[in-house]
Amino acid sequence: MVARSDPRRLPRILSTWLASLVLILLGATAFAAAPAGGLTAEQLQRLGERNLQVVETAVADIAASGSPAALEVLRALQDGRLYRREADGVMLVAVRVGGVQLYSDPLASTTGEPLAEAEVTLVRVSNRIRRALSAVIASLSLDSEDPDVRFAAARQFIDSPDSALLEAIETALVDEADDRVRTALEVARAASIASDPGQSEEARSEAVDRLAAAGSSRARRVLLGMFIEEGSELATRRDAAVEVIDRNLARWQQVQNLWFGLSLGSVLLLAAMGLAITFGVMGVINMAHGEMIMIGAYTTFVVQGVLRGISPALAEVSLLIALPVAFLVAGLIGVFIERTVIRRLYSRPLETLLATWGISLILQQLVRTFFGASNQRVETPSWLAGSMEFGQIMITYNRLAILIFALVMLAAVILLLKKTALGLHIRAVTQNRKMAESMGIRSDRVDMLTFGLGSGIAGVAGVALSQIANVSPNLGQGYIIDSFMVIVFGGVGNLFGTLVGAMTLGITTQLVEPSLGAVAAKVLILVFIIIFIQFRPRGLFPQKGRAAE
Amino acid sequence: MITARLLSGRMTAWDVAFLLLLLALAMVVPLLNLVPAADSSFHVSAYMVSVLGKYLCYALLALAIDLVWGYCGILSLGHGAFFGLGGYAMGMHLMRNIDGRGVYGHPLLPDFMVFLNWDELPWYWLGFDLLPFALLMVVLAPGALAFLLGWFAFRSRVTGVYLSIVTQAMTFALMLAFFQNDLGFGGSDGLTDFRDLLGVSLTADGMRSGLFAASAIMLGLAYLACRLIVSSKLGRVLVGVRDAEARLRFLGYRAERFKLAVWTFSAMLAGIAGALYVPQVGIINPGEFAPAKSIEAVVWVAVGGRGFLVGGPIGAVVVNAFKTFFTGNFADYWLFFLGGLFVFVTLFLPQGLFGWARDRLAARKGGGVR
Amino acid sequence: MTTTTSILNLDGVTVSFDGFRALNDLSLQVDRGEMRAIIGPNGAGKTTMMDVITGKTRPDEGTVVFDGRHDLRRLDEASIAQLGIGRKFQKPTVFENLTVADNVLLALAGERGVFANLFSRRLRTAGEDVDRFLGIARLLDHRSRMAGDLSHGQKQWLEIAMLLAQDPKLLLVDEPVAGMTDAETDQTADLLREIAEVHSVVVVEHDMAFVRRLGVKVTVLHEGSVLAEGSLDHVSRNERVIDVYLGR
Repeated sequence: MVARSDPRRLPRILSTWLASLVLILLGATAFAAAPAGGLTAEQLQRLGERNLQVVETAVADIAASGSPAALEVLRALQDGRLYRREADGVMLVAVRVGGVQLYSDPLASTTGEPLAEAEVTLVRVSNRIRRALSAVIASLSLDSEDPDVRFAAARQFIDSPDSALLEAIETALVDEADDRVRTALEVARAASIASDPGQSEEARSEAVDRLAAAGSSRARRVLLGMFIEEGSELATRRDAAVEVIDRNLARWQQVQNLWFGLSLGSVLLLAAMGLAITFGVMGVINMAHGEMIMIGAYTTFVVQGVLRGISPALAEVSLLIALPVAFLVAGLIGVFIERTVIRRLYSRPLETLLATWGISLILQQLVRTFFGASNQRVETPSWLAGSMEFGQIMITYNRLAILIFALVMLAAVILLLKKTALGLHIRAVTQNRKMAESMGIRSDRVDMLTFGLGSGIAGVAGVALSQIANVSPNLGQGYIIDSFMVIVFGGVGNLFGTLVGAMTLGITTQLVEPSLGAVAAKVLILVFIIIFIQFRPRGLFPQKGRAAE
Repeated sequence: MITARLLSGRMTAWDVAFLLLLLALAMVVPLLNLVPAADSSFHVSAYMVSVLGKYLCYALLALAIDLVWGYCGILSLGHGAFFGLGGYAMGMHLMRNIDGRGVYGHPLLPDFMVFLNWDELPWYWLGFDLLPFALLMVVLAPGALAFLLGWFAFRSRVTGVYLSIVTQAMTFALMLAFFQNDLGFGGSDGLTDFRDLLGVSLTADGMRSGLFAASAIMLGLAYLACRLIVSSKLGRVLVGVRDAEARLRFLGYRAERFKLAVWTFSAMLAGIAGALYVPQVGIINPGEFAPAKSIEAVVWVAVGGRGFLVGGPIGAVVVNAFKTFFTGNFADYWLFFLGGLFVFVTLFLPQGLFGWARDRLAARKGGGVR
Repeated sequence: MTTTTSILNLDGVTVSFDGFRALNDLSLQVDRGEMRAIIGPNGAGKTTMMDVITGKTRPDEGTVVFDGRHDLRRLDEASIAQLGIGRKFQKPTVFENLTVADNVLLALAGERGVFANLFSRRLRTAGEDVDRFLGIARLLDHRSRMAGDLSHGQKQWLEIAMLLAQDPKLLLVDEPVAGMTDAETDQTADLLREIAEVHSVVVVEHDMAFVRRLGVKVTVLHEGSVLAEGSLDHVSRNERVIDVYLGR
């Protein structure tokens, strides 16, 4: 070890100590399975002591216990989910399920139960313990059955490279079968070698190259944190490696923007789909369309509230239940609006626009009166929480789900239009209302159902958008102009045009945004569409033939 | 004389009544504000003068909208943009008039620019210290924007709801842009803390009355101009544009030019309305560009009755009187009322209040003759 | 292709909609002062041909020359109308919210600019001209009525009056007698013949009796191109015309 004044020295030493402990542990587990009762309630209780040294020892003891519950407890401690029950001092691990905090004893195999806040106290940890915990948890995790846990541990090693961990990594590499974990471990090994001034120049160079090949911002941080003599050959090599990574990351940044663009495009698609149908068939602009989305989102909120009253476990499926409910609620409101207002304004499209705007004001104020003006909290089920990595970018599950959902919806609507009798009638009326009427299609009924369908789709979109937007009475207002732009751009009465329009606008916005800023990007898009419509007044995919007149 | 000859036979009794009412208002309201003592029951408070003046500006905006909607069939959902631009042009003049008396006491820069650490006035603020230049911009800025948009849109035959959407996008884009601090128009706070106009404090009674009278006279003049247009042969062409644009083309009329001319003129009127509005309310901010504001103005016209010219001003005053009443007493119900009004008027009063009243009167007269 | 005698010359005109050829290599020549009748089954391309001549539809191929020197492909509807081509639509389209007199007033030749119309004095001075055309169309008694209140036949006549007021060199008349009584049909035929003395006219019509009464050269269109041309008797004997249109 090079004696140098290093602010990170203390945690390094600490983690070295802990890591050696882990090594012993790894060795120990090779000989014998951990005793069943390796973890005691008393050990757990010591985690709550004020004396740091006592806590440290307790952490080490628990890690060494080999109990399957050890990892769970240490994680809970690190995440601030470990509580002491005031009545008997028993340590409890808390888990949030569907908005409710459930407490369970890690040593007993009981299911969790809700407790009043006053009954428990959170076990707080100092930063020093927290740092130690990361290393311990990482080491324990390397031994886990779950490849995801091992992967996270390898990540942890890259983030805080330590020469003392090298051996553990090498050992783990020998048996590792999972490619993803293997790669991460290799990078972790390179990280610990590169960061160790005690290693040979040659080994470190090789490690630098390996890090460059990894191309991640993690590897970049390791490279920048290396102790290197300025001007040395290694330093040059390191700088080159950082440059390689920077270029790689810049490329991934574009991929990231593209992903954001697709994501925004799917949101626009969801928002615009219903509008495209009603506009295409009836030639009327429904200014209350945004409010249908808003109502869909509030339906989700109400459905979740009702389900929570029945059983917290239903939270996981609340969205799936909310989808048909929102379709019905928004669809019925749409049918009601069509029956009472729009039908009387037939052939007066501009007046329809005004009347539906009036309806949108009323709907907004209704919701504001019943639910209040502030944002409502819509829960995200656990299967939609979190994210996955794709190369160097993060893809959140809720955005991915919305993209998939939007495409599925599109496919479903296209199928409906192509394969059902209603769809046939809708297409007929879209193309030539008079002709359809003379062939016995009741166009007024088609209008009603189309409007209901368009509104219902908006309601369903609202369920999906409740996962990423603020659920407030103004929710719909944020989407209405964008939806119009999509339709104007893509062409009326053509769902494929809606798809292309939504994706083009979404991706363009996100590609322009980093260099111009969000507002300027939006203004630019609006100006672009205003100019675009001059050249293609009927959109990208206009309806053709005599009917388009 | 010439005007009188031009208008002879073109004015209805309604027109004369409306113009006389405006003239009377322009004289009586300032008098009642300035002459009677403050505790007299005839006294009109300075606040009331400003409120009425504001209504007249809205009436002028409504008139501008009716000219394009009622006579050319162009439903503009973006006239608030022209109103706002006119307002900003006037606001910029008023800002320049602060002249070193701002909080920061900078001799040239308005407070918000000092706050943003700007060193010099952006080029587009130059010249606004001169009232004639500012007044020119009041009509030129909205006129140019309208001309540009109209030139593109009408040439490409963007019509109907498409055109409405484009105008809405225009005002929405302007709103987003004006919210930006770096654009140099005061960001979300807009322009405010005005001091004086023509050397007279904006809060002086004489100034308020003067602005009110100016608004009334301007509304009267604009009304005359609009009447002149719609009662000329050009007015017949416009009805042709509205009802059967394609047919008109086959007669050799370039419909887009007619639309463009009237559209631009209408935008200029809206700009003048905004310019008169700003000194009376003392502030202009990007909220004026909000799409909802433009649509609300369209509803004034729908409520008053479109295609009569007098309907727009009537609707503007009636709806805003209701708004003042509601927001003072039942703020929560205002949106219900406004929304309901949209629906009710489009469903049951397609001709608006004026058209309805006129038909009732005609029906009664017809009954009497029999 | 400049011939001093032809007022209208279509050469090899092709128009496709979505792969469907509405006009297929259509060539047609109308002489100055001639009246021509165009007949043909539905979908033969009659209306599309009118659209091409008046600038509503742009041809994919071919040339359209008016008066020997104007390339109509480059001009929009308004310019073409100003050159002197008037059109009467199949479905009568008049300005329903204007009076009958105002409809004719708008059609009167001259004054097509914005300011010319703003300062126009014709509202007061053009009464005689307007009445002259209304007289021809037998609508004098209705001059102050709203055009929307007229009967179907009266609207047809009003459109003809507007067409005349335009004073075009070439009139395109699309099914002028659709929905008319026999007496009205005869009157219309007489009126068209009268008009043809000073104007070139192209009439599209289904009514064979009417075409016969016009007594002019006939062009038969089929599937977007000319099937036969000549006197009505001549084309009536043509085998293919009988097959596709007249029937046996």
